Amino acid sequence: MSKKEIDDVSGTQTTGHEWDGIKELDTPMPRWWLGLFWATIVWAIGYWIVYPAWPGISSYTHGLLDHSQRDRVTADVASLKAARADREKALGRASLSDIQTNPDLLQFAMAAGKTAFGDNCAGCHGAGGQGAPGYPNLNDDVWLWGGKLGDIEHTITVGVRSTSPQTRQSEMPGFGRDGILKPAQIDDLVEYVVHVSDRSADAGAVRRATPLFADNCAACHGPAGRGNRTMGAPNLTDNEWEYGSTRDAIKDQIWNGHGGVMPTWGGRLSPEEIKALAVYVHSLGGGE
Amino acid sequence: MSHAWLEKNSIYLLIGIILVIAIGGAVEIAPLFWVNGTVEKVEGMRPYTPLELEGRNIYVREGCYVCHSQQIRTLRDEVERYGHYSLAAESMFDHPFQWGSERTGPDLARVGGKYSDEWHRAHTVDPRSVVPESIMPPYKFLLATKLDYRDIKKILQANKAVGVPYTQDQIDHAKEDLEAQADPNADGLDAMQKRYAKSQARDFDGNSAEITEGDALIAYLQMLGTLVDFKTYRAGAPENRR
Repeated sequence: MSKKEIDDVSGTQTTGHEWDGIKELDTPMPRWWLGLFWATIVWAIGYWIVYPAWPGISSYTHGLLDHSQRDRVTADVASLKAARADREKALGRASLSDIQTNPDLLQFAMAAGKTAFGDNCAGCHGAGGQGAPGYPNLNDDVWLWGGKLGDIEHTITVGVRSTSPQTRQSEMPGFGRDGILKPAQIDDLVEYVVHVSDRSADAGAVRRATPLFADNCAACHGPAGRGNRTMGAPNLTDNEWEYGSTRDAIKDQIWNGHGGVMPTWGGRLSPEEIKALAVYVHSLGGGE
Repeated sequence: MSHAWLEKNSIYLLIGIILVIAIGGAVEIAPLFWVNGTVEKVEGMRPYTPLELEGRNIYVREGCYVCHSQQIRTLRDEVERYGHYSLAAESMFDHPFQWGSERTGPDLARVGGKYSDEWHRAHTVDPRSVVPESIMPPYKFLLATKLDYRDIKKILQANKAVGVPYTQDQIDHAKEDLEAQADPNADGLDAMQKRYAKSQARDFDGNSAEITEGDALIAYLQMLGTLVDFKTYRAGAPENRR
């Protein structure tokens, strides 16, 4: 270190280093900055005392507050539940139709239902319940398993082709894939389905397919193709199509027999949440 | 005291730097290996099945962690949306862990069982077919790419080397177990499910002709967050406080 040297122009001490005649000033840190610097160190010591901080051999210092982030979130969730408890209990007690006539309960159910829908249902049925190919639209008045409040509640609870023992269950056979019908017969049936949905179809094929439909399809879809809700068999005459309306799409469906899966929500959501969801879904447009 | 000598002797400076970093590291990292409370004692956690492990490797390979986290934090809003906050025990067999640091997509820590396999297939081929507002890229090729699992035994051994408690029996049957999990009609299914409790076996990708990368990834996703038995986990117990 060189000896203390004051710069003439600024009156500040220099570092004593010199490069090609240029000297470096050694301006001290501002007092407020130094003050803050030391204050943070003192603050840290206080923090160690109050909060969990230092690890030990088998445990750690818990601090005077004995703070636990997990206890805190448990308490937060509990207080949230408590805030909802009264109306949730009322929701649990009320019948589905009572909810609809009680404005306060209805508002609560709609809000809870909308939240639960966004988190659990929107992935398949769309954020607005508009559906997607293979996932039913919930805004229209077409229902596979029934559109009354109780039907919707039951479908949400047990699911469709789900892992629940009480699941709603039915299976459209893969008539082509499993060799039940011949390719030519399936082509005729495609024309028949086009015909019952009130579009122009090949008359000869329709005539040939009439007995085939009665033998293979009518048991579930009904003799006129109007569907059957106890089996979740879609109405073929309403021009709402789960897997597409084109001849190719209809053929693919008869050939492979796609059947969507809806998970069971009974174990995952509370009965109150499911009730709220049923009310919300019922309100989307097509509730019966 | 003058520190000029330290700054003028680079080797001493280097030793000094290493010393300081080592102390910091020792204080922050080392206790995690012996403090009892680091990993909770829970029921249900098991090492990944070979198929899930392959799926996990694909998850890592495709960088899913860049947009998806696997860590439900101890915050009310997260617990409300995603379910019980994540436990350290739930990632104790992860090498490396997949906690992630950003949520461009949703958290996946408890995505298992939330959607059907069919949904996962549609979503992998084209995410917008089921979630119109999604910005996730399509991963159609995963369903068309045959899974290369020739080295599955070595992958299990590598995991064992870093502490995952695979048994010799599990390592010996890695290949059979992988095949059994993707085929619900396989002979080895019972043996496989005995080796890996609570494992789900089915044709995840809907293509029974071959085992694809899609099979592995969907098997992994459908398992996420389903292992710990929260009925027996006591969140309020002193040893589980954090």
